[in-house]
Amino acid sequence: MSLLADPRWGEALTHLPDYLGNHVRVSLAALALGLAVSLPLAILTRNRPAPRAILLALASIVQTVPGLALLALFYPLLLLVASVTLAWFGVSFSAFGFLPAVLALALYSMLPVLRNGITGLNGIDPALIEAAKGVGMTARQSLVTVELPLALPVMMAGIRTAAVWVIGTATLSTPIGQTSLGNYIFAGLQTQNWVFVLFGCFASALLALAVDQLLGLIESGLRRRSRLRTGLGAAGIAALVAATLVPTMGRSSQGYVVGAKTFAEQYVLSALLRDRLQAAGLPASARSGLGSSVIFGALKAGDIDLYIDYSGTLWANQLHRTDIKPRTELLADLKASLAKDNITLLGELGFENAYTLVIPKKRAEALGIRTIADLAAHASTLSIAGDYEFFSRPEWAALQKAYGLSFKAQRQMQPDFMYAAVASGEVDVIAGYTSDGLIAKYDLISLDDPSHAIPPYDAILLLAPKRAGDEKLKATLQPLLGKIDIATMREANLRASGNDANSSPDAVAKWLWEKVGGQ
Amino acid sequence: MPSRPMIGYAQITKSFGALKAVDEVSLDIAEGQFLAIVGGSGSGKTTLLRLANRLIEADSGTITVEGEDVQNVDPVALRRRIGYVFQSGGLFPHLSVADNIGITPKLLGRPAADISARVDELLELVQLDRDAHRDRLPEALSGGQRQRVGVARALAARPRIVLMDEPFGALDPLTRDALGDDYRSLHRKLGLTTVMITHDMTEAILLADRIAVMRSGQLLAQGTPAELSNSRDAYVLELLRTPRRQVERLNALLPQSGAA
Repeated sequence: MSLLADPRWGEALTHLPDYLGNHVRVSLAALALGLAVSLPLAILTRNRPAPRAILLALASIVQTVPGLALLALFYPLLLLVASVTLAWFGVSFSAFGFLPAVLALALYSMLPVLRNGITGLNGIDPALIEAAKGVGMTARQSLVTVELPLALPVMMAGIRTAAVWVIGTATLSTPIGQTSLGNYIFAGLQTQNWVFVLFGCFASALLALAVDQLLGLIESGLRRRSRLRTGLGAAGIAALVAATLVPTMGRSSQGYVVGAKTFAEQYVLSALLRDRLQAAGLPASARSGLGSSVIFGALKAGDIDLYIDYSGTLWANQLHRTDIKPRTELLADLKASLAKDNITLLGELGFENAYTLVIPKKRAEALGIRTIADLAAHASTLSIAGDYEFFSRPEWAALQKAYGLSFKAQRQMQPDFMYAAVASGEVDVIAGYTSDGLIAKYDLISLDDPSHAIPPYDAILLLAPKRAGDEKLKATLQPLLGKIDIATMREANLRASGNDANSSPDAVAKWLWEKVGGQ
Repeated sequence: MPSRPMIGYAQITKSFGALKAVDEVSLDIAEGQFLAIVGGSGSGKTTLLRLANRLIEADSGTITVEGEDVQNVDPVALRRRIGYVFQSGGLFPHLSVADNIGITPKLLGRPAADISARVDELLELVQLDRDAHRDRLPEALSGGQRQRVGVARALAARPRIVLMDEPFGALDPLTRDALGDDYRSLHRKLGLTTVMITHDMTEAILLADRIAVMRSGQLLAQGTPAELSNSRDAYVLELLRTPRRQVERLNALLPQSGAA
């Protein structure tokens, strides 16, 4: 009954060495890089007002970009750079995970370091700089012996602010493939696992506090010229890094990495795939919470080995097709196109997770609506909500075109909250997902699409190019193909949307396996 | 004077924008001399002082130090061989008294043991208690003690020349007198050549051998106090009269105590 007795705390704890270790590494690497760039810039521009103003303005602009967007922008940017270096120098690198996260976070750390660095250096009594010159110091000696020590408290305050920001913002690096404490938060939000959300928040807050205090210790040590304090602070940070490296030492090869996007169904399916591989003696881990634009690139580059995508998504986003084909034809085309990139489309799981327009059953009956065509007549008096990408997707354009849909208002919403919103009448129609268990739970119906404006969205299993010839992997996954029908997946998703211990992706994955194949 | 001056200014001009801070000044300071440059604020006296160790560069004219044109000497090396006492000390607040005093020898790469011995010697010279003050930070010292440290720091690398920028201006009168007298005897004992800036003619007369009077960037007069009395410049005479007039007023206001 009690919150503390919840078994999910224990489950959260098992992920801690991995998540915390990655979080510390990416944060400290970003901070170190940020400092290595910002401190020299602050020193170089301290007596040059024009470049100083430009630099501070740039850093401020970066700061106004939301952390999540900044992190997300670095992924395509690095992909582009990687393709250029491949073409010109024959070397490529992974634009996934660590690198984009470090670069974006380093950029994010620059403003407080620059601003405080410049303020600290400019705030020194000019008479002391004159005195430094007068006793025979060179510019460099004056900087090292007088200016930096005097500016230290203000500079360190900036560094500490940057450290706290970076550690907090690093939780947002999960969607670009960098494991972090954000994995708890993203997974928890998507699967309504508040224990995970709380755990992730507490862990990152504690980490930020600890690093802040250690930096404070270093600062007071430098100020009081106490080697003991400086040493203790530095040793603390070194210990933190070492402690996070130890658990990952033994397993430099992670085996098969199963990717998952940022919603509950994906968490459940990736857990299922991971369990199946492990049961077959193949080492496997799940990398969840990846952005839907990141995950395909990660598979192509071999950063993950396998994941579940949906035929219509790849059709529109990767092949950039706007035409719509019948199910089997589309799958065949897709398979052939993916094969050109050496990506294996192993097969369909058996259900579809398509966009669908959803409305409360009672409302539909009252209005006499069964299909989207019926809905079109009432649309001008109704409001619609969709997830963050729906209204910019080709499906929406196709729907509008096919049925002449024009709603009174359209809103974007967190997918988990849409169903409750339409059930309570806060919006009239939502663009939901066919496999979502909440449709039944809230007594909603999904409207028919007689013009087939929405393409098919078969759940398909994809393998990375480097696994193209991996027969053992294929044999292990084969039993899952065609086994999961829409009713089963809806029930699994409904279970995963609960907020008790049985709703964790791992627990639901076990349930799902028992249902479709296990004994 | 046949011997070459320790510091020689020849037709020095320095402008800051439209303002002529120093205007065609020529001035020689002989070895062992204690020169006070007297003038109001904005008279150019500080600029003139800082030109000597190249904290400021002249627009035209020539400055020599120990016979060498300062333009031919590396400014950092020049400053290390000229002592400089700053207004209200200019001590580095994050360094101990000993580290402040030893800074120039340290910059010159002297061994730590030598520096430490030199610091003790200098603390004694400026009459500070070694055990009580050596490891303190400047903030823990009184104004007079700070300026004694400032003097010790200026003398640390055994300079032959000391430049002083209103060194005693911010001190209370008793401390100021004591410090002035003590410095004066150091000057003599060590055979220094000293150039001191002050706006206080009394201080200049009491401490210096020679006085140079500046106004609006120009050198109005120079000489011993007695020679200055013969000046025909009204401003110089007015400045010289000030100390005596103050004494007369004091005598009028205070009861005569004992026999003078």
